[in-house]
Amino acid sequence: MSTGPMIEVSNLTKRYAGNTAISDLSFSVGRGEIVGLLGENGAGKSTTMRILSCFLPANSGTARVAGFDVFFQADEVRRRIGYMPENNPLHPEMRVREYLKFRARLKGLGIRRSRERVDVVLQQCGLTDVQKKIIGHLSKGYRQRVGLADALVHEPELIILDEPTIGLDPHQIRSVRQLIKNLGGNHTVLISTHILSEVEMTCNRVMIMRGGKILVSDTSENLRKDMSDGQIIAEIAAPLEELKNCWEEMAGIEHFDIAPADGEFFRCALIPLNGEDLRAQIFSRAKERGWMLRELSRRQQSLEDIYMRVTRPDHEGDAT
Amino acid sequence: MQAFLTLTRRELAGFFVSLTGYVIIAAAVFQMGLSFVILLNNLNGEATPMPVTEIFYVTAFFWLILLLSAPVITMRLFALEKYSGTFETLMTTPVGDLQVVLAKFFAAMIFYMVMWLPLLGCILLVRYFTHESAGFDLPIAASTYLGIFLIGCLYMSLGCFASALTRSQIIAAMISFVIGITFFLLSFLSEQINIGKTWGAQALSYVAMREQMRDFTRGIIDTRYIVFYLSLTIFFLFLTYRVIESRRWK
Repeated sequence: MSTGPMIEVSNLTKRYAGNTAISDLSFSVGRGEIVGLLGENGAGKSTTMRILSCFLPANSGTARVAGFDVFFQADEVRRRIGYMPENNPLHPEMRVREYLKFRARLKGLGIRRSRERVDVVLQQCGLTDVQKKIIGHLSKGYRQRVGLADALVHEPELIILDEPTIGLDPHQIRSVRQLIKNLGGNHTVLISTHILSEVEMTCNRVMIMRGGKILVSDTSENLRKDMSDGQIIAEIAAPLEELKNCWEEMAGIEHFDIAPADGEFFRCALIPLNGEDLRAQIFSRAKERGWMLRELSRRQQSLEDIYMRVTRPDHEGDAT
Repeated sequence: MQAFLTLTRRELAGFFVSLTGYVIIAAAVFQMGLSFVILLNNLNGEATPMPVTEIFYVTAFFWLILLLSAPVITMRLFALEKYSGTFETLMTTPVGDLQVVLAKFFAAMIFYMVMWLPLLGCILLVRYFTHESAGFDLPIAASTYLGIFLIGCLYMSLGCFASALTRSQIIAAMISFVIGITFFLLSFLSEQINIGKTWGAQALSYVAMREQMRDFTRGIIDTRYIVFYLSLTIFFLFLTYRVIESRRWK
């Protein structure tokens, strides 16, 4: 059972009274991957996660987790999943340790095993100091960690986290991210978020959803490479005419733009054909001609740019 | 089984770590105390052929306690979890729907029986002060408690059902109150059209809980009643189970 993808979703459709939450969704996630589901509110992230965690059934299509069907073999799937829903519901009247122990027992761990595991996850999530406190009295950051600890307590193969860092302060976000990052490798992690930098920092792979469909699924580096026009900025001190000639005769350049900068420097924006990286060639040209070069950079497209481009309504046609 | 016990324990703890449990018990004890005072007044130091439990029962406080406490005990079972979202975390653990329903029902039942314990104290007090062994007859007390238990099963199960239907505890309480009071009123209906001896009247007499409970307090255990309560309980638990399960095919 240890081979094959962790999550396999094919042609999944889920309709709520009247509106379609996800339509004809297909994707797969390999073992040990950390995958980020990105999308605006109502894109179908939570619904996808609820179906994977066997809470909701789909209208059509199949979803398998570790080879088990989420509808027909729900018990097997549930045993292998650690799921933290949106808003992280907890029992506010319970104490942290008591709650985790309760959850561990519910998930079928023995008495000794659950004690051990609770100790481990308390440590892992930095909750050891507050283990005797009542959950309702904890700060949001701690509560979030309790939710995470609950998702981890039975050592699930797949961890599904629905917006795990929502409402946290930057310090807490960072620690939660680090925690998630550390989970990769041993666990498969599927997290949903609409915070782009989060995905960029924690995930191996990004899936961008919109209107119940996956528009793009790739590693964030690949996405950047594919989506970027590879614009190069070079600030060179040289006579304007020579500069123009130089760029015109350079084969790889599709378009260029020269603007005067301070002193005798010109700021050249060069767009290469096929997004090729021409920096080395530009440098050697400048060197040959004895020009002074004080900046040479290739524009990195942030995930945000990509996200905005992909989820633009008119993009739908040429998606993926 | 492990999940069942864990859940039952948590549900029970839910009653006692919050104020709800204590408030319900306090209210019940208060009403029992009141009925006890009335009972002593009625006795007025005279001997009576009625068992104490029956005298207690005819004060009507029994129904007041039952009808008011049952919705309050059961309203939180599912509605609260649905409202707070913990229902989702619960249902994504490898615990069967049936286990969840039964665990919640059992926890409510245990709490309900604990709530009725002070009555035993009242009965013992009567015995202590009257120095009359007839004041407290163990079999009669046992049969009274059996009656309380059986009626409790029915009311807790219908409370479970009402709670499973909604996210709002208030709505859950109102639904179970309405169903509960309807069952109770049926017994008055049967008394009124008793003269007719039609099949309808007869059918109603089988659900006349007021009379049935009176028999229990007299020490009469009729197996028909046991079957009646248990089958209705199972019916309501089954409905609850279907409601919980329904999210899978809705």
